[in-house]
Amino acid sequence: MTVAAPTKPKTTLKMVYQRPEALADTPTHYCPGCTHGVAHRLVAEVIDEMGLREKTIGIAPVGCAVLAYDYFEFDGVEAAHGRAPAMATGIKRVLPDRIVFTYQGDGDLASIGMGEIVHAAARGERITVIFINNAIYGMTGGQMAPTTLPNQITTSSPGGRDVAVQGFPIRMSEILATLDGAAYVVRRSMHDPANIRKAKKAIRLAFEAQVRGLGFSLVELLSTCPTNWKMTPAEAMNWVRDNMVPAYPLGDYKVAPELQKLRV
Amino acid sequence: MQTEILIAGFGGQGVLFAGQVLAYAAMDAGHEVTWFPSYGPEMRGGTANCTVIIADEEIGSPLVAHPQVLMALNAPSLDKFEPQVQPEGLVVANASLLNRGVTRTDVKAIALKASHIAEALGDRRLANMVMLGAMMPRFPMLTMEQIKTALKGHLPARKHHLLEANYRALDAGAAAAQA
Amino acid sequence: MTRQLLKGNVAMAEAAIRAGVEAYFGYPITPQSELLEWMAKRMPEEGRAFLQAESEVAAINMVYGAACTGARVMTSTSGPGISLMAEGISYIAGTEVPAVIVDVMRGGPGLGNIAPSQGDYRQVIHGAGHGDFFPLVLAPASVQEAVDLIGEAFDLAEKYRTIVFVVADGSIGQMMEPVSLPEPRPPRRERPDWAVGGAEGRPARRLTSLYLKPEVEEEVNLRLVQRWQAMEANEIRYREYYLDDAEYVVLGFGTAGRVALSAVRAARAEGIKVGLFRPVSLRPFPTEAIRDLAARSKAFLVVEMNGGQMLDDVQAAAQGQVPVRFYGRMGGMVPFPDEVLAEIHALVSEPPTPAEAPRARWLAQMVS
Repeated sequence: MTVAAPTKPKTTLKMVYQRPEALADTPTHYCPGCTHGVAHRLVAEVIDEMGLREKTIGIAPVGCAVLAYDYFEFDGVEAAHGRAPAMATGIKRVLPDRIVFTYQGDGDLASIGMGEIVHAAARGERITVIFINNAIYGMTGGQMAPTTLPNQITTSSPGGRDVAVQGFPIRMSEILATLDGAAYVVRRSMHDPANIRKAKKAIRLAFEAQVRGLGFSLVELLSTCPTNWKMTPAEAMNWVRDNMVPAYPLGDYKVAPELQKLRV
Repeated sequence: MQTEILIAGFGGQGVLFAGQVLAYAAMDAGHEVTWFPSYGPEMRGGTANCTVIIADEEIGSPLVAHPQVLMALNAPSLDKFEPQVQPEGLVVANASLLNRGVTRTDVKAIALKASHIAEALGDRRLANMVMLGAMMPRFPMLTMEQIKTALKGHLPARKHHLLEANYRALDAGAAAAQA
Repeated sequence: MTRQLLKGNVAMAEAAIRAGVEAYFGYPITPQSELLEWMAKRMPEEGRAFLQAESEVAAINMVYGAACTGARVMTSTSGPGISLMAEGISYIAGTEVPAVIVDVMRGGPGLGNIAPSQGDYRQVIHGAGHGDFFPLVLAPASVQEAVDLIGEAFDLAEKYRTIVFVVADGSIGQMMEPVSLPEPRPPRRERPDWAVGGAEGRPARRLTSLYLKPEVEEEVNLRLVQRWQAMEANEIRYREYYLDDAEYVVLGFGTAGRVALSAVRAARAEGIKVGLFRPVSLRPFPTEAIRDLAARSKAFLVVEMNGGQMLDDVQAAAQGQVPVRFYGRMGGMVPFPDEVLAEIHALVSEPPTPAEAPRARWLAQMVS
């Protein structure tokens, strides 16, 4: 009896998906359906692709992403609430050849940190900001954010945000794009794969702006908070599409000429 | 040994600078010295004063209630500070801007028309140096030569064209005081 | 060494540059603005970082960021600015990174005024911020001492990974005195092994003041206490004047201390056996030295430009061994030596009783 020689497999295994080197092997603490994890991954992929991991310093905010530095395999620091752009300024001014980015939520950036973000942008600080806008305070349990939509119910606007009393939502990208120091300011959404792909490209361009020393760069990402919105993950994605995108139009608000022809 | 000099006048009269010249001269002569300004929102035109303390040991208080010397460049300064001068002290007063003389009899008083003298020398702003010059003959801790050397040594080079005028003002003040 | 006649604020700035400070972040406020202005001119000349921040809040967080890279970094301000910086100060303490803060104190509370004051004593010795930490606090009484202490402040901050405050007051900031400046030290090139700056060929580092697990936060707190104890053991600084045979002791720091020196000299000239004890480190406080003095003197007189903030620490140190009297001026008023001399006279002619309440006695005298 002869034994047949093993046949060569006709197919070879090819790695098509893996954890980016810049992303740490840390179990997530984010809620199911939260888009923080997606945003973290996009940042890590871009850092990997640009070969920046060993020269990057990330700055975590106060908010749900307060532990963001635990998810990344590069140096990280933790800022006081809203002060990440100031801290980033301090780092970048003494280490101008490093890549410095902040990762901030809407309460952090648009409420308590309004002064720091506006002045960092106005100075043309060569930092990148990933701005997570999910229209609510997540970590503290679902209170009204500066970006909470009119009539949106939160624990501190239980009857819905009454604009006569609580004022109107703030559109940060539009505001920051008016400043001469800003090189790249865009808004993207993370509610479906097509938009996530666009978000990644924007993050890439934001870091390209920093590498090229063009000035301040910011990507606003419309994001979910199913837990505090009291929705399923799928409902939350749809809510972003149906309610947030109309209030916060996606688009390029400022793109420096050097970036306009850049193919990434 | 410690001497305290209070220099007071309108802002813009060079009160603080006159004190600094004195302080530089004291430092160069190896003394301890403090120069203490009244500081405040009034940059020009308000009242300004500074206290210079010259000593040969670590200086304690940078301010004194009763200075040995008062240089009063205007009337409000004389009104305010004349009563505070130490008995046997010295008051140098700018008679150009006064409607009265020094009233204290227990101090040595020198009144001279410093602003007029400065104007005659070509620049009213030299009144501070005229006043400083007037004090020098009665000031035991420093000589006129030391003041002039300090001016030259510490005035920035771009202002050295003003040195001669300042020297003349100092000499004119001394001459007026001794007249 | 040649001496230069320098304004305190300018001298402190230049001393920091010569100590190798790599970054300065600040915001204008009287009476410290000349320090910021000198930095604005000199730091770019040296190729170092200077930035006028949009607020003291931003300034201290810029300091925090730069400190995380291991760079020598400082800011300067006055009391209202310290209040705004309190948040960042606490984060810096919690993250255990070194920084130097100069407080040129002015009259308060609130907007107060710009005249010299020591009203921030209590605020600063407790570190101004929330949580369980002490900063190191040094109080110069002259421009030369301010220059010397600024130089030391950076070394101490790095040695203990702590905040070091240099507390001057408006008079030290604004007055001119001759100073010998130290030889410039170049900025350090190597970075400490805890600093962030890019994880090149090493594991990533994280600097944070966030410790969600109380048992871990307690470990951090205990480490801070340990470091604090080391500072108490090694970093006590004070100056003594005429204390060898003194029966009466005047205690004061900074400008109040040097005003008291004039009064003590005048009293000595009259034959009164009085000396001066001038704390230079306010935290750690020279508790033991004061306790020893209390054991061998008849009475203490504490002189301050506030309502008796150090008085409490002196009384605690004296442990009731000696009666204590207090004289203070507030709101930006600077005492004249004559006022302190009058208090020394009173100390001799109407000696304080052990039961005397120093603040109450002083207050009755001030508002009568």
